[in-house]
Amino acid sequence: MTGLKLDRRTWFVIVLLAALALLPLVAIATDNDYQIAQFRRILIFAIAAVSLDLILGYGGMVSLGHAAFFGVGAYIVAILNWHAAREVPLFGMMLGTHNVLVTWTAAVVLSGALAGLIGLVSLRTTGIYFIMITLAFAQMVYFFFVSLRAYGGDDGLRFPGDTVILGLIDTENDVAFYYLVFGILCAVLYATRRLVNSRFGMVVQGCRENERRMKALGFATFRYKLACFALAGALAGLAGALFAANESYISPSIMHWTRSGDLIVMVVLGGMGTLIGPVVGALAFLFLEKTLPDYTEHWMVVFGPILLLLVLFARRGIFGWFLPKEDRHGGSH
Amino acid sequence: MSLLLFLEQTLNGLQLGVTLFLMAAGLTLVFGIMNMVNLAHGSLYMVGAFFAASFTQWTGSFFLALPLAILATFVVGVLVEAIALRTLYARDHLDQVLATFGLILFFNELTKIIWGPISIFMDVPPLLSGRVELIAGAPYPIYRLAVLAVGLAVALGLWWLIARTRLGMLIRAGASNREMVGALGVDISRLYMLVFGLGAALAALAGAMAGPIYVVEVGMGDAMLIKTFVVIVIGGIGSIRGAFVAAVIVGLVDTFGRIVPAQLGLPTAIAEMAIYILMAFVLFFKPTGLFAARA
Repeated sequence: MTGLKLDRRTWFVIVLLAALALLPLVAIATDNDYQIAQFRRILIFAIAAVSLDLILGYGGMVSLGHAAFFGVGAYIVAILNWHAAREVPLFGMMLGTHNVLVTWTAAVVLSGALAGLIGLVSLRTTGIYFIMITLAFAQMVYFFFVSLRAYGGDDGLRFPGDTVILGLIDTENDVAFYYLVFGILCAVLYATRRLVNSRFGMVVQGCRENERRMKALGFATFRYKLACFALAGALAGLAGALFAANESYISPSIMHWTRSGDLIVMVVLGGMGTLIGPVVGALAFLFLEKTLPDYTEHWMVVFGPILLLLVLFARRGIFGWFLPKEDRHGGSH
Repeated sequence: MSLLLFLEQTLNGLQLGVTLFLMAAGLTLVFGIMNMVNLAHGSLYMVGAFFAASFTQWTGSFFLALPLAILATFVVGVLVEAIALRTLYARDHLDQVLATFGLILFFNELTKIIWGPISIFMDVPPLLSGRVELIAGAPYPIYRLAVLAVGLAVALGLWWLIARTRLGMLIRAGASNREMVGALGVDISRLYMLVFGLGAALAALAGAMAGPIYVVEVGMGDAMLIKTFVVIVIGGIGSIRGAFVAAVIVGLVDTFGRIVPAQLGLPTAIAEMAIYILMAFVLFFKPTGLFAARA
């Protein structure tokens, strides 16, 4: 790409991000302010979907447990806030906090660390084993939070969040909070784009294509894959932290294994291995989830076969349709 | 823990174990032979249970309903294979995960449309109701013993089928090298269909027998599916023997995991997590399970 000649991919990204940037203004102009929290939710899931695309699309690691990291991030924010509000010491020593610098950082670091631990065991396996072991670990995390009676168990946890973030952004102000989430999404997209085109990203993509060859070339493939897996977990944790801030209520259902399935659907629906595709996928998925029930209570009986057809006939995803042929690459082969 | 409680829980664990084995036997063959991830196996368990509940109502007899439910689910399984799954064998695992995830949503919702959202409580068939004192002082439900016996009998029958018949030979050959089996002139697509149908029938048997013990409800297959995955991963994909050993282990661990921690004063969080911890432990040392069928 040189000078002002933009290719179709770039145009797509520009138009999409511009549309997302204008969304709250349009909503206000048309008296749909109440929709803004809904849009914010979509962007948050978009961040989670982008993080999954790192391992799914670029690493070729089919993880069926990604929602666990999202959930852990959300729970860490919730628990720290809950302790701060109740002034109950955590682990008998430290107090919780409302400070997002602390809570969000903790969410990112701890969910990344958890992903590292889970990856340490899971990445020893491949294929069907990997799919099932990631699912099993996610179930383990899910049941762990279900059994935490002190934090609501099955019923979930309602907590008063910080209303002013960094002394700048008021979460009560729907629009300001929207732009914060939007800014984070853009930063994540930029950083992950740089990452997948870096040497690190190339090695990870090489592992997807042919891990044995990468090993023969002398790369410690396990470490690269593990780093990628942990990073994706950390980003999912960030999305989870934003989700908790957005809802002020969380329950274990956000990390139910079907939520991991939903995330995969978002990635593939939008276009796997493209980073921007999962954003479109999250938009499309959550839009369908919101509108289909208006037509029939039994919308899933339609949605299930749609997934099947998507797999059979539209494997490149929505973003894939916009790409010129030679530019298309997507996932494992 | 008293000895009586221990014995009773051991029986409970074994009974869960054979139910898991019925699920795992079919699924591990599908995984192993077709190299296919099928998340919708739990749906067949659920469909089998609902069929059994309805047929029991219509015929008035659980023993008539059981074979009917198995047959009906066999047909459903073969249809699903022919319509949806057959095209997926050549695809990668991600496609299979997505497509069969779609099938779960479809089956759960379709079941809700046909049978309604309310759970169905099935009665234990009168012939098998009541308790028997196997061990003095610890009366145990006859029905659960019957389930255990049927499970063991089916395990034995499967062993015979796999180890002693021509079909079994083909299945074993398929699990270790399916291209070669095809190259040697075996009608692979018919073999696949049979294996899938067999798996569906076994899942239906498990679901139908579980009906009177638990509750017949939408989504009942999902929890079972994940436990079955744990069994298969521990046992080694494609191995019937591994599935049996792992099913018994998982059944016992899951059952005792609910009692032992509470008695020792440990957090009850371990209860639901026990089998997953076990799986992580096994996979850390043996990444392809205890009895891997393929190198």
